[in-house]
Amino acid sequence: MFSKGLAPLAIATVVTLTAAFTLVFFYAPLDADQGFVQKIFYIHVPMAIVALGGFVAGGIFGIRHLRSGDSSWDLRSYVAIHLSIILGLGVLVTGAIWAKASWGHYWVWDEPVLVSFLVVFLLYCVYFPLRFAIEDPERQARYSSVFAIAAGAFVPLNFTAVRLAEAFTHPRVLSQTGGDLPGEMRLTFLVTLAGMTLLFVTLWKLELTAKHASMQLKKLRRRRAERREAVAA
Amino acid sequence: MIRAAGTILRKDLLLELRTKEAVPAMTLFTITVYVLFHFGLDRNSLDGDLASGVLWVTLLLAAVIGVTRLFAAEREQGGIDALLLAPVDRTALFVAKASALFLFLVVVELVALPAYDLLLLGPGLGGTLPELPLILLLGNVGIAAVGALVAALAAETRTRELIVPLMLLPLLVPLLISCAQATEPLMRSEQGPEDLGRWLGLLTLYDVVFVLVSVAVFDFLLED
Repeated sequence: MFSKGLAPLAIATVVTLTAAFTLVFFYAPLDADQGFVQKIFYIHVPMAIVALGGFVAGGIFGIRHLRSGDSSWDLRSYVAIHLSIILGLGVLVTGAIWAKASWGHYWVWDEPVLVSFLVVFLLYCVYFPLRFAIEDPERQARYSSVFAIAAGAFVPLNFTAVRLAEAFTHPRVLSQTGGDLPGEMRLTFLVTLAGMTLLFVTLWKLELTAKHASMQLKKLRRRRAERREAVAA
Repeated sequence: MIRAAGTILRKDLLLELRTKEAVPAMTLFTITVYVLFHFGLDRNSLDGDLASGVLWVTLLLAAVIGVTRLFAAEREQGGIDALLLAPVDRTALFVAKASALFLFLVVVELVALPAYDLLLLGPGLGGTLPELPLILLLGNVGIAAVGALVAALAAETRTRELIVPLMLLPLLVPLLISCAQATEPLMRSEQGPEDLGRWLGLLTLYDVVFVLVSVAVFDFLLED
């Protein structure tokens, strides 16, 4: 059900990621200020964008689940949020390394994007305790979708608020997100972003396939046990 | 729908008047937190950003108690079944619960703010007068909307005492930012530049978004 097109997708991911890393190390020029350390940008920023996209996608799948009542949408939402949390941890770690290398501190409170990301990450960490504290599977799916929707709406709001709070004392230009990067850097960045997105989608499909297969297996086992009981009776 | 919401709200307020569970606990808690901040910061009086930060963090922590108790009576006494069997729109239930939380917060603030003035606040409440009630009002609307949603989400979980603070507090961060930033100039010893409009705008946006989201998803909570 979920495994369709997984193999070509996996090949595309490997190719794009290989190309992306080749570009990062052999094509993109060294940053004039920061030198080699700036290369972490090509991991950190695409990862952050994909993680936030995954959180928002989780909310959209949640809406589809509540609209249709089809629990496979809840599974999609759950896996998307799960993967985004893992990527989110990567974002915080790479962000801290980059901050240490370029500003001398592992954590910088007046970097609004990093701070907003931490708040969003903390909120989504509650998804698992919430989901697994509800036993009834149908209710679990419904409540998780409600959480995914509320949190998905929270993401842009939180970014606005934190940015406003900092913009006051630290006016910043939007230079990180690719607005005014030199051409070679921008190309490299776009390829790494595509690679990271493909990686996310591949892992998402793989995890969905695995979860779906183990659910099917459980169902079959239960049916076999029931039949044995019937035969024994 | 308004009549149904009014009836549930009246029931909640009557229950609170008779049992006196949530509001006195929240009020007592705010005073305790002031004492903690006094010793933790080792300061006898606060002003400026420290004053507004301490005030808002205290109010948010008190709100956690209110949210944890919001569905307590229904759960413990089993009244939730009757409420769900009643031919009432879920939106009415949301409006009633959010209004109850809003009123609880107003009562708590009526005690907590004079107490803050008395115990910790340096410049005095007089200078904050026309603006602070407006900020509190908008802040309470946001806390009430998010709080009712979180309370309903956590009501059916085994670990609701853990879920409520863990989920509510990150969700309230944008509200804390705008409320604390809007209050800060009012609590400075010497008057300085203010930027009230921007923070009230953000606060209003937050309120609108979360009231809409809560109304939209509340139908899917507290079913069966």
